[in-house]
Amino acid sequence: MTNILEIKGVNKTFGGLHALRDVNLEIYEGETHAIIGPNGAGKSTLLNCCIGKLIPDDGSVTFNGNNMIGVDAHDINHAGMVRVFQTPEIFPELSLLENVLIPALAKRDGTFKFNPFGDIFNEKEIREEAMATLAEFGLEGFSEDHAGSMSRGNKRRLELAMGLIQKPKLLLLDEPTAGMARLDTNNTIDLLKTGKMREMTKVIIEHDMHVVFSLADRISVLARGHIIATGSPEEIKNDPKVKEAYLGEGDHE
Amino acid sequence: MDAILIQILNGLDKGAAYALIALGLTLAFGTLGIVNFAHGALFMLGAFCAVTFSKVISFSKQIKDESVTIFDAYKEIPYLEIWWGDFGALIVDFAVPLSIIVAIPVMILVGIIMERGLIKHFYKRTHAEQILVTFGLAIVIQEIIKHFFGANPIPTPAPDIVSGSAAVGALVGLSENLVYPWWRLIYIVFSGLIIFAVFAFLQFTTFGMVVRAGMADRETVGLLGINIQKRFTIVFAIAATVAGLAGVMYSPILPPDYHMGMDFLVLSFVVVVVGGMGSLGGAVAAGFLLGVLQSFASMNEVKSILPGIDQIIIYLVAVVILLVRPRGLMGREGVFED
Amino acid sequence: MKNLFKSNMSIMLVFSAIVLTAPIWLTPLGANYPDLLQKFAIFGLFAVGYNILFGLTGYLSFGHAAFLGVGSYTAVWSLKLLSMNVFLGIILGTIMSGIFALAIGYLSLRRSGIYFSILTLAFAQMAYSLAYSVLTPITNGETGLQIAANDPRYLDSLVGISQQGQGIPSTNFFGVLLKSWDGYFGFYFAAVILILGFYLSLRVFRSPFGLKLRAIKSNQTRMTYTGFNTRPYLLSAFVISGMYAGLAGSLMVAIDPLAGAERMQWTASGEVVLMTILGGVGTLIGPMLGAVVIKYFENIFSALNNSELHQVFNFLPSFLEETMVFIVSPFVGSGWHLTLGALFMLVVIFLPGGMMEGVTKINSFLKRKFGKTDAEESDVSIQQEVQAKAQQGGE
Repeated sequence: MTNILEIKGVNKTFGGLHALRDVNLEIYEGETHAIIGPNGAGKSTLLNCCIGKLIPDDGSVTFNGNNMIGVDAHDINHAGMVRVFQTPEIFPELSLLENVLIPALAKRDGTFKFNPFGDIFNEKEIREEAMATLAEFGLEGFSEDHAGSMSRGNKRRLELAMGLIQKPKLLLLDEPTAGMARLDTNNTIDLLKTGKMREMTKVIIEHDMHVVFSLADRISVLARGHIIATGSPEEIKNDPKVKEAYLGEGDHE
Repeated sequence: MDAILIQILNGLDKGAAYALIALGLTLAFGTLGIVNFAHGALFMLGAFCAVTFSKVISFSKQIKDESVTIFDAYKEIPYLEIWWGDFGALIVDFAVPLSIIVAIPVMILVGIIMERGLIKHFYKRTHAEQILVTFGLAIVIQEIIKHFFGANPIPTPAPDIVSGSAAVGALVGLSENLVYPWWRLIYIVFSGLIIFAVFAFLQFTTFGMVVRAGMADRETVGLLGINIQKRFTIVFAIAATVAGLAGVMYSPILPPDYHMGMDFLVLSFVVVVVGGMGSLGGAVAAGFLLGVLQSFASMNEVKSILPGIDQIIIYLVAVVILLVRPRGLMGREGVFED
Repeated sequence: MKNLFKSNMSIMLVFSAIVLTAPIWLTPLGANYPDLLQKFAIFGLFAVGYNILFGLTGYLSFGHAAFLGVGSYTAVWSLKLLSMNVFLGIILGTIMSGIFALAIGYLSLRRSGIYFSILTLAFAQMAYSLAYSVLTPITNGETGLQIAANDPRYLDSLVGISQQGQGIPSTNFFGVLLKSWDGYFGFYFAAVILILGFYLSLRVFRSPFGLKLRAIKSNQTRMTYTGFNTRPYLLSAFVISGMYAGLAGSLMVAIDPLAGAERMQWTASGEVVLMTILGGVGTLIGPMLGAVVIKYFENIFSALNNSELHQVFNFLPSFLEETMVFIVSPFVGSGWHLTLGALFMLVVIFLPGGMMEGVTKINSFLKRKFGKTDAEESDVSIQQEVQAKAQQGGE
């Protein structure tokens, strides 16, 4: 199996706090990899180090064979690593269709393209693609509505659609079901398991064990900034270290 | 040495005015989260308190001047002097410092009305909208003043006794020629006192503690169940009063006109940014610093090397600071960075 | 609205027709003389351009008057040195302000929010102060830059047009004097440029580029993680709007060959912000509307004086007449700025979306009103049905 993302010896400190210590992680192409761990274990910090929001103190992050440390966030996106945010980060003033058009345009136009004379209403190809993606997430009926007026669940779906339309090589999902009711959570799981989403390489940061064990091919456990175990769901379930560090703390639901 | 000292002194009085205005601006930023473009207008209102007060108490009557015998001459004698003799004349002479007594309640009232009537409704609006509405208010205030007082500067002299200059040089053992107007010295000392009072108030009272906590983390303080609304009003009134008093005392240095507020506002904003948004100490330090810098830039020696530098020095410093150190000299992380 | 005006063609036809017939339909309002009409067109252009920055990206610049000033000075110099043909001056003025906007925008856009506003303000104030002091050889300081009879005008003399010794020459556009047709040529000249400028703005609004700018306004951080380098987008918008300002500035010169530093003061920048806000930030036609309304009322209000006010109110009993004149007089004549400030506040407080929001509100109110009557009608018909059935049952 080929590694699409390799994290080697990454350290990150904030003042006196050692948020990540010597983190090593390999993501295989095609897998769904879950990162779990108690609150404050450094999951979000790790994610932020991958997408260029934070720069690690040392260590390396290699994506598809290219160094990602110090690379601008927008270039990381174009390298094929796309993040879906925990709290929906959408464009509230724009319509749903426009929300999906934006990432589609990013894919087509690159980091910067000066095209003030094109007509957004005549971009047939990209509009059809956007509508199809919305339809995949059951949002085609709201395409002209303002994204800000959507329900939380629909904003989440929109987020996923925005990630998916860029056809990323690796999709980073930050707690895709946080704050969702059980029914919505199950819907999201189904969404991530079916269609185009299924084959996509994904890293999921998640609290909810139900979600993790329904989706993940492999799981890594992060505790106090350190990866204490990586393995298949079965291996993780039976790992005594994990039980002690994580499941023992009663953080599972 | 003398030249440098005199430039520093020259810069300090202007710097003191910047510092006072910037202090109020920062208070309003930090606690209320309001970008107040009408703050300069408050400074101007203070100056016009002094103008109005001295006009009212020197209300006078025409009396025949007995000393002129060749023809009938008349002179204006203030009523106060007619009624109370020398004591009345003294009061008229001390109009500017005395007008502080009037200016304080007036400015508190203006501050309360402004906060209750307008600013309150803009806490949740964007900064752009705050800037725009207070900009509109500033225009309204200055145009009203213009309507009643005209467009020309109104000379408002300091009391006779301090109209001369202090021999600062002799005082510190330097040249006898080194003199500095008394009133400007008074202004510097007065500003020092006000700044000290504001800091002491914030440092040593419970109220001040809450305000400081609010500047550090507005949301949490709101959650503590403290009646933040009332405190906001008081803070705004304090900011208005500080600006007003700065204006009152500045009126003998610069004859007030209706647009002096705008002139000072732009500079004070720059001062606040240079000091670091939300940092009171930074605002004061930057105020004095920029005042002195401006004074040095207007020396002929400097101007001959860099022509026009005196006109733009403050903006130039602001641009450089903003680009190199975006949080200003003493700004904290995360203030106004949305 | 979107569906109604879906095609660019129909919008442009309607817009052009309204602009070009302005001298006719503005006659009842007493605003049909060239001087005012030109102001409408020029400030409309300025506001339409400013809206590309402020309306689309949300970046509030307080320095755009500086670009207007740069455009004006450049155009006057072109008239002095090259040719009295304004074509050249307008092109050069626009390009020069574009260069200035590129430099100032490059630096200012390193910061966002209020820091950006203060940076633009600082740059504009520097330009203003320098124009008054050190740059006097270029700007002619307080007097303002004017053309003179003995200016070289190398290009004109090259092609053999010599106006030496005929007094101060007039501006022309390839031979047609701007002041011909009783001054209406100047208006039509400005109007055509306005229509072109509006068309460009329309294209920008509807382009992918425009959509990206709106997305930056909505959530700039997200744009970065979506794969966009936002700074070149912002800089393009800044330069485009700066060039509109320069174009407006050089048009002013084309019609009246004079440039002064007061054009660059930050209160002048405040005026274009006001026009944009009053009309409706981020709407296509709003800023144009705002510019026309402000310039119209400025013209009417600033010309009024007390005796005219007495005439206006002389239908009232005399004590009421006095009171009204007393109340209104601070707002007119030289007090026009008071009206402007008050208007500014009222719009921001009650109608942050500007006049266009007002139009939308009235529209939806009317719709609701009509919708209600529909519902009432159906209620009535249901009642009738029920009654009819009851009657049938009774029988």
